[in-house]
Amino acid sequence: MEKGIILKVRNLNVILDNQSIIENLSFEVKRGDVLTILGPNGAGKTVLLKTLLGLIPYEGEIEWAKGIKIGFVPQRLPFIKDIPLSIKDFFNLKGVPEKEIEAILNSMGFKEDFSRKRIGDLSSGQFQRVLIAWGLLGNPHVLLFDEPTTGVDISAEETIYIFLSRLKEERDLTILLVTHDLSVVYKFSKSVICLNRLPICYGSPEEVLTPKSLQMLYGGEVRYYKHTH
Amino acid sequence: MDIQFLLSLIVGISIGGVAGYLGSLMLGRRMALVAGPLGHLTLPGIALAMMYDFDVSLGAFPFVILGIILIWLFEMRTKLPMEALTAIVFASGVAIAFLLLPIKQAETALVGDITKVNLEESIVSIILTFFIFFVIKRIYSKIVLINISEELAKSEEVNIRKYNLIYLGSIAIIVSLGVKMVGGLLTAALVAIPSSSSKNLSRNLTQYSFGAMVIGIISSFVGILIYKITGFPAGPLIILASTAIFLISMVLKK
Repeated sequence: MEKGIILKVRNLNVILDNQSIIENLSFEVKRGDVLTILGPNGAGKTVLLKTLLGLIPYEGEIEWAKGIKIGFVPQRLPFIKDIPLSIKDFFNLKGVPEKEIEAILNSMGFKEDFSRKRIGDLSSGQFQRVLIAWGLLGNPHVLLFDEPTTGVDISAEETIYIFLSRLKEERDLTILLVTHDLSVVYKFSKSVICLNRLPICYGSPEEVLTPKSLQMLYGGEVRYYKHTH
Repeated sequence: MDIQFLLSLIVGISIGGVAGYLGSLMLGRRMALVAGPLGHLTLPGIALAMMYDFDVSLGAFPFVILGIILIWLFEMRTKLPMEALTAIVFASGVAIAFLLLPIKQAETALVGDITKVNLEESIVSIILTFFIFFVIKRIYSKIVLINISEELAKSEEVNIRKYNLIYLGSIAIIVSLGVKMVGGLLTAALVAIPSSSSKNLSRNLTQYSFGAMVIGIISSFVGILIYKITGFPAGPLIILASTAIFLISMVLKK
């Protein structure tokens, strides 16, 4: 694999229940990039993320650079509230040393006694932050992030994207992010894949997100595209 | 002290404790009720054990395994919800048992009898419960992760099949031991009630899992003690003691 490339995908095809979910997708991710996977609901974005994680069978080629550690931030965990689980318990499930858990909690601005809180008692912003911390345990090089809840502020000062930008700088992370929120792409990412089963565009947002490609992606008139002022 | 009573008490609290502990995993996965049909399915096995005079747990075990395979097969082949499938398996188990079971022995099969456990059975039961306790302790965090999300577990490279197999095997052994204590009808309660009570009282996983075990132990102890005093069957008394603790836990719920 060429230097600086962290992930290479060639002619990826995913078929689930006899239905083609992703067709002929090829792209590359460089170290330190933020790649957004953009598309409407049901476009195969989450499937792509899971395929990259090795959770779903596929045809084609997915090649991660050697020795790369991947952290996964899931979208939702609907069953987590069925169990009395403190934040610390949740992190312990990952089997990383206690010290590392404390370090992550500190670096994310959680206070000491916060880790004893029940997951079920967290606000959605706090829960989102806990999920990101989960992804960061084990010091991954790449963070795969499935559709952060947009509109949820992670703390009084930060939206989730400001928070992620800060994390990326601090930890030299490469981030792959699934979203259907167009504003995120412009604010946050270096490159974008537009996906609606078939790949529709791939490149830097400024170059590839044209009214035409967005119309193809979302099927109708799309009014939002980059404001130049 | 009466040796037979002591044996019943030791076997009772060890099975009750480990069943509660296992139950804390099953409740998290909404699987607590699966122990019900599995318990019912053991009835034909218990009937056979009684007719040919061997340990009821030994009779029950192959039928629990059969139940697990049937539920698993039905789930793979049909899109029916788990509850419907377990109901089918459960009803069939009871029906077969009533065809086979001599009516005089029905009570023991249905509600168990820990008070007649002999020394040999006791030793085997205690060794098995301790073994299962250590197995569950070892797989606990992995099963919790699988319960939360199979995908999250897979992304952490947890071998889901392996852990599920160990988990189901532990359920099979505990249900088989449980029928000795509370019979085929009440086994589900042995796993479901202590963990439900513990859930009401816990703020974290350690409190929850060990709480379920302690409540299982206390319920068995109190149930068998009341049997000694009143002479009512021990199985239902154990379950009622457990229910009483559950009611208290609802009042104290955090």
